Amino acid sequence: MTEESPDIGRPNIDVSAAPAEAAADMPLLRIEGVSKNFGAFRAVDRLSLDIRAGEFFALLGPSGCGKTTLLRMLAGFETPDEGRILLSGRDIAPVLPYERPVNMMFQNYALFPHLSVRDNIAFGLKRAGMARAAIDTRVAEMVALVRLDGMEKRKPDQLSGGQRQRVALARSLARRPKVLLLDEPLAALDKKLRESTQLELMELQGRLGMTFIIVTHDQEEAMTMANRIGVMDAGRLEQVATPRDLYEAPASRWVAEFVGDVNLFDGEVTSHEHQRLTVATRDGGAIVVAAPRQPVTKSLVTVAIRPEKVKLSRRGPASDADNSQAINRLEGVVTDVGYLGGSTVYKVKLDSGAMVRSSVANTARLDRDTYSVGQRVVAWFTPDDCVVLEQ
Amino acid sequence: MSARRIFAQPARYAAIAPYVWMVLFFLVPFGFVLKISLSQTAIAQPPYVPLFDFTEGWAAIKAAFAQLTLDNFSLLVSDNLYISSYLRSLVVAVTSTLILLLIGYPIAYGMARLPQRWQAIAMMLVIIPFWTSFLIRIYAWINILQHDGLLNKVLLALHLVSTPVVWLSTDSAMYIGIVYSYLPFMILPLYATLARMDPSLLEAASDLGASPLRAFWLVTFPLSLPGVGAGALLCFIPIVGEFVIPDLLAGSSSMMIGQTLWLEFFTNKDWPVAAAAAVALLVLLVPPLLLYDRLQRRQLGGAN
Repeated sequence: MTEESPDIGRPNIDVSAAPAEAAADMPLLRIEGVSKNFGAFRAVDRLSLDIRAGEFFALLGPSGCGKTTLLRMLAGFETPDEGRILLSGRDIAPVLPYERPVNMMFQNYALFPHLSVRDNIAFGLKRAGMARAAIDTRVAEMVALVRLDGMEKRKPDQLSGGQRQRVALARSLARRPKVLLLDEPLAALDKKLRESTQLELMELQGRLGMTFIIVTHDQEEAMTMANRIGVMDAGRLEQVATPRDLYEAPASRWVAEFVGDVNLFDGEVTSHEHQRLTVATRDGGAIVVAAPRQPVTKSLVTVAIRPEKVKLSRRGPASDADNSQAINRLEGVVTDVGYLGGSTVYKVKLDSGAMVRSSVANTARLDRDTYSVGQRVVAWFTPDDCVVLEQ
Repeated sequence: MSARRIFAQPARYAAIAPYVWMVLFFLVPFGFVLKISLSQTAIAQPPYVPLFDFTEGWAAIKAAFAQLTLDNFSLLVSDNLYISSYLRSLVVAVTSTLILLLIGYPIAYGMARLPQRWQAIAMMLVIIPFWTSFLIRIYAWINILQHDGLLNKVLLALHLVSTPVVWLSTDSAMYIGIVYSYLPFMILPLYATLARMDPSLLEAASDLGASPLRAFWLVTFPLSLPGVGAGALLCFIPIVGEFVIPDLLAGSSSMMIGQTLWLEFFTNKDWPVAAAAAVALLVLLVPPLLLYDRLQRRQLGGAN
């Protein structure tokens, strides 16, 4: 499912070797049935998750879903009510936050306002009892890494938002933590700066080979940066998958709706043959979909189709060879055209009264193949473009 | 443009108001005091000369100016009584301020860490003593500290002492009175700085390997220094000129400048020397006042 991190690909010959070697099979971070309550509110609910060394992992979810609480438990600012957190196979529950080999980059950066950029970055190194010369070298290295040369003597209030973000990053990286926790690190930046910083963070993480765990409510951010994403809702992980799987094979209706845009049709499975399911939907008639890998056990299902997989045409698809298989055709009238630059989103009101969204990439500048409001169209998609979700 | 002018006019007058206030109620009275401090003692009503009589014409005013003298100020420097009074004021103010800091800081720190709704209650508790007259509260302390007062009764009951301790008319009593009276002035600015501190800074310090004690010394304390400065000066400045507390609670062996001033003014009827002592005190307090002002400005600037 995910790309293997490079160090796991080495020859697997020491299965019977020393226990230290056996621990290499252990994920860097293992969260086992962890719960956290705040009064009557259950912020994290029996959550389990493994994170491997070198991963860029994103915790994605709406606000209040418990993702920040989970991160704070990893940092040691909150203690789990139940469950264990293992770092390199060791339970870190008794390890105080200031003794954990984990560092955090705070959402508001939490830079020390009375200390210069240099002293902010050196703060953690001094506490680690590093020698003066070594601290100077490491600080210089960090300053160069986040491109803040010449700013060492400035105080945080003399820096721009982007520069402060870099200081916070340098400070949290300076101790070379096993795991770096990032709590909405880019939320305070404007869109352009956020995008360039995303790329920088990815590049940095790749270069340093560290494990990053980022908390974000921005799905694009999670998709862009992470190797794997854990989608959280109400204290639970709804799905853990690569960005592609999350989008193309959401595990639940909630995930499908939370990540990206989606058309949903509720219905009942009426037949199952030759890797094809036929679902009788209330709004879209019979829809033929590819059977999922796990057999569908319930008869009530939801068919999900991403808008960009829904094509439009005036008369429906030409019956070329590829589409000789069953093609789903839904007829309706265009009610809304949203031009977004790179793509155009059409809203089509089906004859059943249901709405379908179709996103069409604007691949040519002078595109004549557009549709206008009131026009009658056929919205079509193949069985492979649909995902069947059990209700 | 015209709309702006309509609103600008009253706004400009409003900006003048504080200056008018300062001139009327501070500069003009200070001018009187300064003038008296440059005059000479006389057995008269009022007990100094010269008096300016503006009806006598320009020549008389000039003659009056010629009579002004700096003798009173040279007396302040030459007579041990004044120098020792100033020194005692300074020692008492510094000592009291240090004690106030030692007591006030933990209280303010504790208050700032209380749950939000308890903070308001704690704040009330700090301010409530102001609802009673200051003088009555000092008299209450006389009651507590006297020979058969509450404090001695408690100490005897706890077998901490075998005979009643003499509290009244000692420096201890004075320090108790001063610390008690000025504690809110120390706590409030400290609390304001500590409560405003971002708690995530302490988490960041902890995250970077600082134990709670180190985090306090490296983050909380340095960031609370503006509050420490403001509280210290807010206590130090009025304590230097304190009169009532040392007069009622301390012994009469040595006097603070406020007491000396009172003595000169009411007992000796030497208004010019008393005025000179007051002017000198004011001049001495200008540097700490300026410092306080700068701290306040910096804190306001830092909030932005």
